[in-house]
Amino acid sequence: METILQAVREAAGLVLALDPKLVDIVVLSIQVSLTAVSLATVLALPLGAVIAVGKFPGRQTVIVILNALMGLPPVVVGLLVYLFLSRAGPLGPLGILFTPTAMVIAQTILILPIIAALARQAIEDAWREYQEQLRSLGAGGWSAALTLVWDIRFSLLTAVLAGLGRAAAEVGAVMIVGGNIDGVTRVMTTTIALETSKGDLPLALGLGIVLVMLILLLNAAAYSFKEVAQRRYG
Amino acid sequence: MRAPTSILPLRLEDVSFVAGERAIVNRVALVLEAGPRTIILGPNGAGKSVLMRLCHGLLAPTSGRIEWAAQERPGERRRQAMVFQRPVMLRRSAIANIEYALGIAGVLAVERTRQARDALESVGLSHLADRPARVLSGGEQQRLALARAWALRPEVLFLDEPTASLDPSATAEVERIIGAIHAAGTKIVMCTHNLGQARRLGDEILFLHQGRLAERAAVDRFFDQPASAEARDFLKGELPWT
Repeated sequence: METILQAVREAAGLVLALDPKLVDIVVLSIQVSLTAVSLATVLALPLGAVIAVGKFPGRQTVIVILNALMGLPPVVVGLLVYLFLSRAGPLGPLGILFTPTAMVIAQTILILPIIAALARQAIEDAWREYQEQLRSLGAGGWSAALTLVWDIRFSLLTAVLAGLGRAAAEVGAVMIVGGNIDGVTRVMTTTIALETSKGDLPLALGLGIVLVMLILLLNAAAYSFKEVAQRRYG
Repeated sequence: MRAPTSILPLRLEDVSFVAGERAIVNRVALVLEAGPRTIILGPNGAGKSVLMRLCHGLLAPTSGRIEWAAQERPGERRRQAMVFQRPVMLRRSAIANIEYALGIAGVLAVERTRQARDALESVGLSHLADRPARVLSGGEQQRLALARAWALRPEVLFLDEPTASLDPSATAEVERIIGAIHAAGTKIVMCTHNLGQARRLGDEILFLHQGRLAERAAVDRFFDQPASAEARDFLKGELPWT
């Protein structure tokens, strides 16, 4: 018990003192996950929209697969990206394995289905409700689409925040494609895994505290966006 | 800008709408003229809503022709409007919902607010202009939907059971507004389940039965001496509850 309390005290000290090593790791984590979320959002929202309102054969199957991919195991994504980026792989010549770029790619693939699936659901529900009214008013094509997306922007933002939470918390994918190299590709989750196995609990715990705070903050933000929107716009 | 010629009369030639095996609207032929308020009556599943959606262009007939006297072109301002059973409001203020519709109709931005205020005024919702549309009561939302439709100055207004989910006082208010829209020169085409309402608001009745136009008559004639056996059965079955 004494060791644990000691570790907690030291961890709190690291966080409060903004220990440079800890700060570097936190900053890299946020950079990687934010970049991945931005990329995934740009790809996932149009994808979700097309599946939501499109009529094409196999649509039901695509929806089932997309929903299933929300639970994609990060280590498997890491493994697949690793295979593509490794020296023998098709994208090996790019030489980006074990760089933050590889980590961004892996996380993008991991969270793209999450954002796309949640956006698909939100857009489909709204479209079912608005479709006739918008067509009746004479809003067609792009005009109707923009109206719809703007009207459910808070639901879409929630979808994006869900993706960000997942990216920030996962360890398997970035561990495999980043390699957990000190000062280069070491992020919060991978550092926690490594330091814990080495027995250096203060740094692991300190990062754990920061990570949990960030996730808490994200969820609080998502909740209050929805709440405020609900109250202000119905 | 209103085009010089009216879009009415609306001419339906042998119009059918088939979904799967079932003809929801079955070879309906009719002409809707400007002027009289037309009420579409019929039991559930008679095809009332589908017929209106066909007329309004939300559905395409599987066979037959629907022709307005002046054809609408895509991208042009619509000269007809529709109010649905459940009003669909965007997540913005009441007045912004009307301004949005005016915007699509090509009304200049500087004109929109004034026209939207006028429309709210005429349905008695001025005091709720800045409230979020979706938190208004069902009756208020339906009046807002009427204001939004009216603001577009349509030549024809379709109403799909506009009071089906409203209480009596909200229903009375909606009926007053529909009367005012008609008095201002808009052709009313409405379907309802409320026979009292059909009598109060209608000039003529279109009676649909299993997708077919079974009878068309002036309101008094229809209720006093229905010509078709289907209409007689319908009135016998429905009247005790009106």
